[in-house]
Amino acid sequence: MTLRIGRSALALGALLVTTSLAACGAVGDRPQTAGAKAESADTVAARRYSRDPYPSTYHPYPGVPTLVTNVTIFDGEGGRIDRGQALFADSKVVAIGERVDAPAGVTTIDGTGKYLTPGIVDIHSHLGDYPSPSVRALSDGNEATSPVTADVWAEHSVWPQDPGFGRALANGGVTTLQILPGSANLFGGRSVVLKNVYARTVQGMKFPGAPYGLKMACGENPKRVYGSKGREPSTRMGNIAVDRQTWAKAREYDRKWTKYEKDGGEAPGRDIAMDTLRGVLDGEILVQNHCYRADEMANVIDMSKEFGYHVTAFHHAVEAYKIADLLKANNVCAAVWADWYGFKMESFDGIGDNLALLQNAGACAMIHSDDENGIQRLNQEVAKVLSSARHAGIQISDATAWEWLSYNPAKALGIADQTGSLKPGKMADIVLWNGYPFSVYARPEKVWVDGALLYDADNPKLRPVSDFELGLPGAGDVK
Amino acid sequence: MKALLLGFAALVAAPAAAQTVAITGGTVAIGDGSAPIEGGTVVMRDGRIVAAGRGVAVPAGATVIDASGKWVAPGMIAGFSDLGLLDVNGVEESNDTAARNSPFAAGIDIAPAINPNAVMIGNERLGGITRAIVTPSTAGSIFAGQGAVIDLGVDADPVTRARAFQFVELGEGGARDAGGSRPAAYAMLRDAFAQAQDYRRNPAAFGGREKDSLIKRGDAIALNDVLDGKTKLLVHVERASDIKSVLALKKDYPKLDLVLVGAAEGWMVARDIAAAKVPVIAGALADLPAEFEMLAATESNVGRLEAAGVLTALSTVGANTAPGEHVVKQYAGNLVAIGKVPGSSGLDWGHALATITSGPAEAIGMGGEIGSLRAGRRADVVIWDGDPLELSSAPVAIYIDGRAQPRTSRQTKLRDRYMTPSEGALPKAYER
Repeated sequence: MTLRIGRSALALGALLVTTSLAACGAVGDRPQTAGAKAESADTVAARRYSRDPYPSTYHPYPGVPTLVTNVTIFDGEGGRIDRGQALFADSKVVAIGERVDAPAGVTTIDGTGKYLTPGIVDIHSHLGDYPSPSVRALSDGNEATSPVTADVWAEHSVWPQDPGFGRALANGGVTTLQILPGSANLFGGRSVVLKNVYARTVQGMKFPGAPYGLKMACGENPKRVYGSKGREPSTRMGNIAVDRQTWAKAREYDRKWTKYEKDGGEAPGRDIAMDTLRGVLDGEILVQNHCYRADEMANVIDMSKEFGYHVTAFHHAVEAYKIADLLKANNVCAAVWADWYGFKMESFDGIGDNLALLQNAGACAMIHSDDENGIQRLNQEVAKVLSSARHAGIQISDATAWEWLSYNPAKALGIADQTGSLKPGKMADIVLWNGYPFSVYARPEKVWVDGALLYDADNPKLRPVSDFELGLPGAGDVK
Repeated sequence: MKALLLGFAALVAAPAAAQTVAITGGTVAIGDGSAPIEGGTVVMRDGRIVAAGRGVAVPAGATVIDASGKWVAPGMIAGFSDLGLLDVNGVEESNDTAARNSPFAAGIDIAPAINPNAVMIGNERLGGITRAIVTPSTAGSIFAGQGAVIDLGVDADPVTRARAFQFVELGEGGARDAGGSRPAAYAMLRDAFAQAQDYRRNPAAFGGREKDSLIKRGDAIALNDVLDGKTKLLVHVERASDIKSVLALKKDYPKLDLVLVGAAEGWMVARDIAAAKVPVIAGALADLPAEFEMLAATESNVGRLEAAGVLTALSTVGANTAPGEHVVKQYAGNLVAIGKVPGSSGLDWGHALATITSGPAEAIGMGGEIGSLRAGRRADVVIWDGDPLELSSAPVAIYIDGRAQPRTSRQTKLRDRYMTPSEGALPKAYER
């Protein structure tokens, strides 16, 4: 029984994910490398505006070389090792296997009866921009004043003191998350990818080098928000019409700026919104598209081809199971809930087998939360899907299912070379579970981010309490 | 005696309610807080439980269902829901939970609006929910009206108990409903009670027909039942101080039969709640300071309440209900998990199951009728293919009032239609 709508009203179903940076369409204007007149690289670079004006200041916290033994490992890329070992040091995964060579003096943890996995990557969260407490003063997720607000950046709304970050770490084992604008607008603005490590500033949480995302939305939310204001879009056809007009402008902007950056001349006017859309057309920014209905996703895919961009992922994608073949053919991922259904018209056909049917059809699929409570139990959400799948006769291994929790979302965020699986050289973002992590009875026992132990169930000091909760009655749920 | 295999055969040969049925060989969970019993037997007849436990004899002539390797438990009760009141939450035309433009509030009775064919009822039944506490929501008054207890069975008669309770908001929500403050909410409550008493003293002199009257005759009648303790008063509050203020109402209205809903900060005043013998229908896993009224929210709330002797039930109150009401089983399982985290308070397995079976039944005053496999209760029985609280388990047979229920829902039909996403010889619309 939902007693209050609160932050979820627009955030619900706001999420979309995409898979790859590469697939920019045929019509995109690309910078040419050779000009008629040879210019110095510095001169050309000076004409480029900064792509990273709010750079990450995140740094890994210190860790100690650690060996976990006798543990069941899901490596995040479909691999499983029983009674295995994992070694990490200097913030990186060093080795996993049945036995690994470890240096003398390494801190050793006996993982008997326990499971070791990559940290969970949540591709759709509103922590920080719809934080707790959900009061109007902190409600910063939807710039619902125009259907096209590609100019806003979620990081400029993120409140790094949201108590939800700590819960997602300690209860959920979430080590990386994408914070998106809400879904009131067709073009909601830029997302930001964070390491789940508290910092005084959002820059201190930003995942170094992660590509930006562009949040887009189709369906009921934009047409409801703007239709109720008596303006376009008030229909689904209005949604697409405004989208197309905006992409047409972005193509023109991209053409002018690409020419200027290459050839010089008079600088075109800067348009902060168009910068973001240009980044999409150039393949630098990933489209994360909130979309529920199968037929609307098909329309968006055609629109992306029309204007020469790629949809990395459809978020929420409640009806993705109906077009799993189409998504696969177009290299578009689906980021979904396990079982949400029936809360709005466009979710009426939600089923608990969505993720399983996508996997079964060979499409790229992953779990997401879009919820400050759900993010604390994403492993359980996947467990529910596995149960639905197995009861429907679809066999998916536990180790494969873990791809939905870390590797696939990392791919759809463009950071799979750095996190999302336990391959040597990758960030040591790791969870040790106190039991089988697809059981309702399992919890994170230890969570490392870049090799730093940042949650330990056995050490009350290793449990974060944000500024907001310090000195308040619950004290971050550590009392 | 004839043995039936579980699954399809059990459905085809669905025992009529009048027959005696014995479910044998399974792990039996009574639902009253006790530990599960391996190799137990459950006997039901005429829609009621006859006996359940170890060493229960199978009556002569009974239809025997072999549940070896399976679990047998009471059906779950949705502790605070809107099942049957809507088809799609966000589709106004289908949603009967609240009535912003109605002149009525406390007098509203949801029972005639319950639709047993609502899609969610079929989906949630298949998830193991067999009964639900159904409540209206407030709109323009702190009083929402009178809720009901329903069954989720495939029949045209869903209401188990109409007007089972009155629901009122007295925390932040109540402040909003009353015009902007908690004191205004209490003023509205006390004035409404006073007017109800006026009506009782002299119905003929009672107005209530004026356009701007605060309560109508129907509201007054409903509130007198509350004042007399004939109808329970479910009160949604989260903050510890709000809980204390609600408990203090008994000083002025001694017959109030209170139930707290939400109570995220209940652990801070658990002894007061226990001393007042007031049950709690909690939002199970609320652990964030989602509002200022729940700054002390903790996963340990339910465990601490139970440890203090408070009868506690789980619900989706305040939570996102998009996963459906059967998510309460996941909540209950999490309470067991929390108990293993150092420094946290959870529940043992038997008590965790009770929070979603006998707990809500007792909280609403129907523990003698529903919510457990104790003798005499309605035969709402679910056979699971594993531990009912575990995420990997699903019902393999569901009985409501002793009647076998279907094993399909709209969701399973959608799943089956799209098991292969592409079209075959004909459009998808022909696959069914």
